[in-house]
Amino acid sequence: MSIVETHNLSFDYIRRDEEGNVSSINRALNDVELAVEKGEFIAILGGNGSGKSTLAKHINAILYPTEGYVMVDGKKTSEEENILSIRQKAGMVFQNPDNQIIGSIVEEDVGFGPENMGVETKGIWERVEESLKTLGMWEYRKHSPMRLSGGQKQRVAIAGVVAMHPECIIMDEPTAMLDPAGRKDVIRAARALNDVEHITIILITHYMEEVIYANRVFVMEKGEIRMTGTPREIFSRLEELEELRLTVPQTTKLAAELKKRGLKEIPDGILTDEELIQSLCRSYLTM
Amino acid sequence: MSIILDHVNYIYSKGTSDEVKALDDVSFEIPDGDFLGLIGHTGSGKSTLVQHLDGLLKASSGSIYFNGEDIYDRDYDMKALRGKVGLVFQYPEHQLFEEDVFKDVCFGPKNLGLSQKDTELAAYRALKDVKLPDELFYVSPFELSGGQKRRVALAGVLAMKPEVLVLDEPTAGLDPEGRNEILGLIKELHDKQGITIVLVSHSMDDVAEYADHIVVMDKGKVFMNGTPKEIFSHASKLETIGLSAPGVTYIMRRLKRAGFDVDTTAITVKEAADSIIRAVNHA
Amino acid sequence: MLREITLGQYYQAESRLHRLDPRVKLAGTLIFIISLFISQKVACYAVATVFLICMIRLSKVPFGYMIKGMKAIAFIMLLTVAFNLFLTSGEKLVSFWVFTITKEGLKLAIFTAVRLAYLILGSTLMTLTTTPNDLTDGMEKGLGFLRLFRLPVHEIAMMMSIALRFIPILMEETDKIIKAQQARGADFESGGIIKRSKALVPILVPLFVSAFRRANDLAMAMEARCYHGGEGRTKMKPLIYKAWDIRAYIILACYLSLVILTAVISPI
Repeated sequence: MSIVETHNLSFDYIRRDEEGNVSSINRALNDVELAVEKGEFIAILGGNGSGKSTLAKHINAILYPTEGYVMVDGKKTSEEENILSIRQKAGMVFQNPDNQIIGSIVEEDVGFGPENMGVETKGIWERVEESLKTLGMWEYRKHSPMRLSGGQKQRVAIAGVVAMHPECIIMDEPTAMLDPAGRKDVIRAARALNDVEHITIILITHYMEEVIYANRVFVMEKGEIRMTGTPREIFSRLEELEELRLTVPQTTKLAAELKKRGLKEIPDGILTDEELIQSLCRSYLTM
Repeated sequence: MSIILDHVNYIYSKGTSDEVKALDDVSFEIPDGDFLGLIGHTGSGKSTLVQHLDGLLKASSGSIYFNGEDIYDRDYDMKALRGKVGLVFQYPEHQLFEEDVFKDVCFGPKNLGLSQKDTELAAYRALKDVKLPDELFYVSPFELSGGQKRRVALAGVLAMKPEVLVLDEPTAGLDPEGRNEILGLIKELHDKQGITIVLVSHSMDDVAEYADHIVVMDKGKVFMNGTPKEIFSHASKLETIGLSAPGVTYIMRRLKRAGFDVDTTAITVKEAADSIIRAVNHA
Repeated sequence: MLREITLGQYYQAESRLHRLDPRVKLAGTLIFIISLFISQKVACYAVATVFLICMIRLSKVPFGYMIKGMKAIAFIMLLTVAFNLFLTSGEKLVSFWVFTITKEGLKLAIFTAVRLAYLILGSTLMTLTTTPNDLTDGMEKGLGFLRLFRLPVHEIAMMMSIALRFIPILMEETDKIIKAQQARGADFESGGIIKRSKALVPILVPLFVSAFRRANDLAMAMEARCYHGGEGRTKMKPLIYKAWDIRAYIILACYLSLVILTAVISPI
């Protein structure tokens, strides 16, 4: 069974004027079909305003479909009684680390979710310890989040979600506000959670280097899913990506450029330096 | 015509227990017409440094000369300096406040004491320079998309007609296309209008692509200062402070070791592609 | 400079005071404030001073750090002192232009200044040694009886703790906005009152926009972590009185009695 499934999902942002009359309707999602299996690492790509964050908020039952439905672990998000269990099963990490940390010291923040779920005190402490250790933030448990770096704050936020024992974590541009070191930290953490803890990860981003490790990539534009495939399949469609306000990692770009200029033996959708160097050596190195 | 920093030191919370030396004996020159890339880790002093360039922070010791004049002279006109050195902060769209885009862009030139007519002309030119569509001139800045807001904020500084434009991570949070648009605009301002650019960036790829000159900061000190090719040829030195050369430079080095006769100083995709094609055709 | 305000912030340290139950600290602060208003006798203030110094020493919070936080409200203090100093009638001491300082005024001004300073120091000491979450829990449990009067105690307490957490973030933000507008040539330092208050618009509008955006984000983040009010919520750090808390209550009771006693018997 899919952990997350959307069918026919459409969503309108409705704006009202002062009298409460509808002044504009903005379709943010249009007929989105998505099925994520347990244990997968999914990446959703898209430019600003492509609807990817709106989609994320649907999976966590923060927004509800205008049409169609979203199911998390077989439960519809539109039904009131499912909300808490859905939010526990599909945790969410947001973009701005400062605006999602509720506690004034690290351990209190991580305990916030379990407290809301009604876990008994001893259980909360166990979860806090376990998830802070998983994210490598245990030694900072007594610190004020204010004094941490962006990458560390974001790992605290992830720990806060992990402490709720979710099956799936949706990360809505978790690296957009971080420096390169912080970005690496967060992506490493996401991959580890997927590999070791088998938590399903849905990573939303517009940094192309971050999606290389995903099992499947969805590319969104104007509220619709435009492309689906493995990172390799997606990255071999460079021109289409550029039309969707995106690009490919530098290595992929270099490989595509070389191919365009006559090195036909280079395969499409090169992902790593290693692949590019090997294919060049294999086909073009004369000894 | 240039900016010269001469042994600039800056100490935060001086005299208290959490005293921090944010700038430590910083000396370098930004020549007129330069496109300077300023790189370094978070906390390396980059942001503190750029706030010195338009006098928002005053050095604890040392001097800064703008066009040969000491900006710390008692009769130096600080307000005029802020017009000549335009500083665009990180996420500058967070400072928009007027009811429409045009009024917001007028804020800077008006503060400089320009007449109504000149102010409006400057604002119009600036909005044209950032390629904002005319129909958006009179809408609320809060209605715009992220990339548009960023461009309006940039126009707000450009309208002051700066000779030097200092940008602190102008592409943060934008999508790849938005990043290209902003960097393209900055390059155009540099190439066509001759504005001196100081670009603070985390992206080695961007700096390699656009800058003529790089200053690397670490722990408040100038760690390296040179052309992009010089700086990135010392990749291992950069790695000691947690930075790196652009990705293609590493590929070129590995190709060289594998036996290709390629140019290891290539730092952009185009240069790398040129050199690889040449090497392959030669052999 | 705005970042230096320590009012309402938590200072991490290992001290007896930090470990006390927040309810004790709340009660203690209340008792301390009451003690300041019992009498205007110098002896009473002497007792309060000794008590306050002991508590500050016990908290391991550097005194300099606390004083730094006072700077922000120095203006309000000055204003109050000035009002008392100039507007109290009585035996004339000095007089210049339209101002007259009386003996009573001087006395009142000094008392008000001391009272205000102690009041702030006392409550700062509480927030410095108590994390906002603890404070929330303490209020919620300590004031739980108010729920009988349909007061949303949990919600009010939660609101307070969030406000406290956001103060430093908004301070930093204000600092940044001021600098950014200065970089656009804004001038906050010259001109008359009208010009100056007009100059605040470019700071206040972005600040409000930012505060609302943050509030919205935070609400979403809290909901995403299953927050649904106080109902069915468990505690990571449940409040249970320990031996030291009982001792602290006894000490507080002794202190209050001492102040009352001094008020009755002391001649000055």
